Amino acid sequence: MSDYLQELDHITDAADPTLGDTEIQNYTINFGPQHPAAHGVLRLVMELDGEIVERCDPHVGLLHRGTEKLIEYKTYLQALPYFDRLDYCSPLGMEHSYVLAVEKLLDLEVPLRAQYLRVFFAELTRICNHMLNLGSHVMDVGAMTPNLWLFEIREDCLNFFERASGARMHSAYFRPGGVHQDVPLKLLTDIADWLDTRLPRLFEDAISLVADNRIFKQRNVDIAVVSKEDALKWGFSGPMIRGSGIPWDIRKAQPYDVYDRMDFDVPVGTNYDCYDRFMVRVEEVRQSARIMKQCLNEMPEGPVASFDRKVAPPKRGEMKRSMEALIHHFKLYTEGFHVPAGEVYVATESPKGEFGVYLVSDGSNKPYRCKIRPTAFSHLQAMDFMMKGHMLADTTAVLGAMDIVFGECDR
Amino acid sequence: MGHSAPKIAMIDGIAQEIAALLGDMLIETVDHADELSFTVVREKLAEAMVALRDGAQYQQLMEIAGVDYPDRPERFEVCYHLLSVTRNHRVRVKVSTDEDLPVPTVTHIWPVAGWLEREVFDMYGVVFEGNTDLRRILTDYGFKGHPQRKDFPLTGFVELRYSEEDKRVVYEPVKLAQDFRSFDFMSPWEGADYILPGDEKAHGEAPGAPTPPPVATPKVTEKPSDTGAGAAANAEAVKKSDDAPVKPEGKI
Repeated sequence: MSDYLQELDHITDAADPTLGDTEIQNYTINFGPQHPAAHGVLRLVMELDGEIVERCDPHVGLLHRGTEKLIEYKTYLQALPYFDRLDYCSPLGMEHSYVLAVEKLLDLEVPLRAQYLRVFFAELTRICNHMLNLGSHVMDVGAMTPNLWLFEIREDCLNFFERASGARMHSAYFRPGGVHQDVPLKLLTDIADWLDTRLPRLFEDAISLVADNRIFKQRNVDIAVVSKEDALKWGFSGPMIRGSGIPWDIRKAQPYDVYDRMDFDVPVGTNYDCYDRFMVRVEEVRQSARIMKQCLNEMPEGPVASFDRKVAPPKRGEMKRSMEALIHHFKLYTEGFHVPAGEVYVATESPKGEFGVYLVSDGSNKPYRCKIRPTAFSHLQAMDFMMKGHMLADTTAVLGAMDIVFGECDR
Repeated sequence: MGHSAPKIAMIDGIAQEIAALLGDMLIETVDHADELSFTVVREKLAEAMVALRDGAQYQQLMEIAGVDYPDRPERFEVCYHLLSVTRNHRVRVKVSTDEDLPVPTVTHIWPVAGWLEREVFDMYGVVFEGNTDLRRILTDYGFKGHPQRKDFPLTGFVELRYSEEDKRVVYEPVKLAQDFRSFDFMSPWEGADYILPGDEKAHGEAPGAPTPPPVATPKVTEKPSDTGAGAAANAEAVKKSDDAPVKPEGKI
C-alpha cells in the first residue's frame, strides 16, 4: 500500500521504475479484417506509437479461393468466368488479359468490330471501376454525397453491361476470338447519349465537391508520397505509377486491340501523393469517355467473333441448318479447343494497373498453368513504407488511393 | 495480322545483347510467341538480375510465377517477368529448382519480390535464400501443404465449418458426397493415353498364362460360311427341339 501511495505522490525509485516513469511502449492494433474502409477483407497489423504508424503488416489471403488451381481443371472457355470474379469491380478488364493471352497462344485474328467492342466495354469498365473507387475514397476521408452521386453513374454502367451481356457484373462477354454476341444499335446510341449528357453532368458535379475541397485536400495532399524510384522498385503500375509521375500506360506503350487507333492523353501526377492518384483517376474517366466516343464513331459493321470454328462456336441459327456447325458446337462445349503448347505473359492496362496472365499450355484443352498477376499485390505490399510516419487516420486515405479489391489480390 | 495482344516492340539483337550481358550465367534462350525467356544458373540468379537491371534497363519486376513439372528432375520452375519502362520491353528469366534447393532472393534488388516470393513459397514450397520474411501469404493460418503442386488434390485435405457445439469454426478431413470427377472429353480416337474401362483386357494376360499365338489371317464374317460353326452345326440349328416351350392355352 505504501508503494501505491508513494506512486501517487510521484515519489519513485529509479532502480525500480513504476508505470508513471516508463515510456509508453508501442502498441499493436488490428485494422480489419472486417472494417468498412478496408475495401473487403484486409487485416492490417499496425504498430503504433501514439497515433503514428511505425509498422504496418497487411495480412491478405482471407478471400483466397484457389482460382489458379481451379483453372487448371477447366477448359479454356470454362476458365473465363473465373476472371470476372477476380476483380469484381472491373470484370471485363480481367477478361481482356485472359482472352488476349489465349489468342496470342493460338495466334488468332479477331474481327475489327470485336476489337472495337472490347475496347469500348473495357473503357466502360474503367469508368465503372473508377466510380466505385473515387466514391469510396472520398467516403473514407469523410465525404458522403459524392459517393452517392458516383454510384448513380456506376448503376448506369451496370445496366449497360446487363443490356450487352445479360449480367450486371459477371459478364463473361469477351471470348477467345471476339465477344460473345453483338450489341443492339439502341444500346450504342443510349451509351452515346449518356456519354454526352448524364456522365459529364453527374461526374463533374460530384468531383467539383471534392477536388478543391479544403478538408479533402487536408486529408490527401502530401500523404504517402512515393518517388519515381520507389514506384519502379515496388512494381507499381496503372494510376499508382502515373500518380508518381511516370507516364507509363500499357494502352499507349504496348497497344492491344484497337488502342493504337485511339487518341487519348495519359495524365500523370506532379506531387506523387494520394491527391495526385485521385486526380489521375478523375482524368482517366474523362479520357475513357473520349475513347468510347471514338469507338462509337469508328466502329465498323461486321462479325463480332472469329470464323475459326475450332475456337469460336457457331451461332444457334447456323446450328439449326448445318450438321457441321452442330458438331463444332458440341465439341467446343464438351472437349473445348486445344491450344498449342507454349507460354505467354500478357498484361493489359486494367483500371487498377497492370493485370497480367502468365499462361502455360501443354497442347491440351486445359491450361497447364495460369498465373494471374494481380495489381493489388505489389501496391498493398508498399503499404508498409507508405504508411511509415503517418497518422492512423491516414490509413484509409492511403488504402482508398491504392484501389485494392480483394477478389483480385487473394485470387 | 495475327493476334491483337499487346504489341511489344521488337528490339534488334536484344537476345544477343542479353546473352552477352549474362555470359556463362545463361543456360538457355527461348524465343517463343515474340517473348524472350532466359534460363539462368540458379545460384547466379541475383547476379543476373542486377546485370539485367543495371546493364539492360529492366527496372521493374512485375511478377514471379512458379510452375510445377513433376516429371523433371528439378520439378519447379520459377519465372521472373521483368519490364523495362524506358525500352518498352519485357523479358522472362527462369530458374529451376526442387523442394530442397534454395533459390537466391531478389528482395534486395526489388523490394516487391518479398510478397511474390512468399506466394511462390506458399504455393509450391520453393525456398528463397535470404528472404527474411518467408511466411505463408495466401493460405490459411496454420495451413499444411503447398496447394499449387500438381500432386495436391483440387479438393484439398481439410474442410472447415462452424460448429454449433464448440461455438467456433472447426477443421475436418474433406468428405466428398460423390467421388471427384475430372472430365477431359478427350476423344479416344485422338490418342487419349489413359486406360478406359475394359482396356486392361486388351493387353497382357495373367502372369504365367500362355500367350496366344499371333493370327496369320484375321478372321472375317463376310458371308454365312465364314461364321465358323461348320455344316454339321448349321444342320442341327434348323431342327426344332422337342422340348421347345409351348404357348399355354387359356387365360393367364
